Amino acid sequence: MQLAKVIGDVVVTRKDDNLSGIALLVIQPIDAQGAPAGRTLVAVDAVGAGVGETVFFVRGKEASFPFYPTEVPTDAGIVGIVDHWDLG
Amino acid sequence: MTLARVVGTVVATHKHRKFDGAKLLLVQPITLDDQPRGTTLLAVDSVGAGVHEKVLIVIEGRAAGEALGRKGAPVDAAVIGIVDSVDVSE
Repeated sequence: MQLAKVIGDVVVTRKDDNLSGIALLVIQPIDAQGAPAGRTLVAVDAVGAGVGETVFFVRGKEASFPFYPTEVPTDAGIVGIVDHWDLG
Repeated sequence: MTLARVVGTVVATHKHRKFDGAKLLLVQPITLDDQPRGTTLLAVDSVGAGVHEKVLIVIEGRAAGEALGRKGAPVDAAVIGIVDSVDVSE
């Protein structure tokens, strides 16, 4: 998983049926210091996250697991909203 | 599997239910000579690792799910060992 900031959402009317009703958010991965790390991407949202929130997301087929048994065609999914993180 | 250094802990009250009770660690993948390699990742902890420790992680969904011991968990990385030492000849 990786930390990320939710920076936007995507509206897609015509899409795979298995994406119906699922929010698609634009996220910017961030590093442990909170700085942008790598390219922005679009992720399905499994936890009700909103723009401006810090989240963590999972990559790969596992991103579809929260929607089981629906086989959601995704490769990234938000699975948690971060309260805070502490560096040692 | 990849060597990594635990650099922090993450608190997330609102998360997918399959994460309930799991410890989330911020880990920095490292090279054999302990240099950071790539970006910091979040991994579930299955061995009781702590900040500053050198660990072994998997970055793959099925393996991470098995480490967590839960089927169908939306995870892609897990700490699976605490490294005592690494010896490389050559």
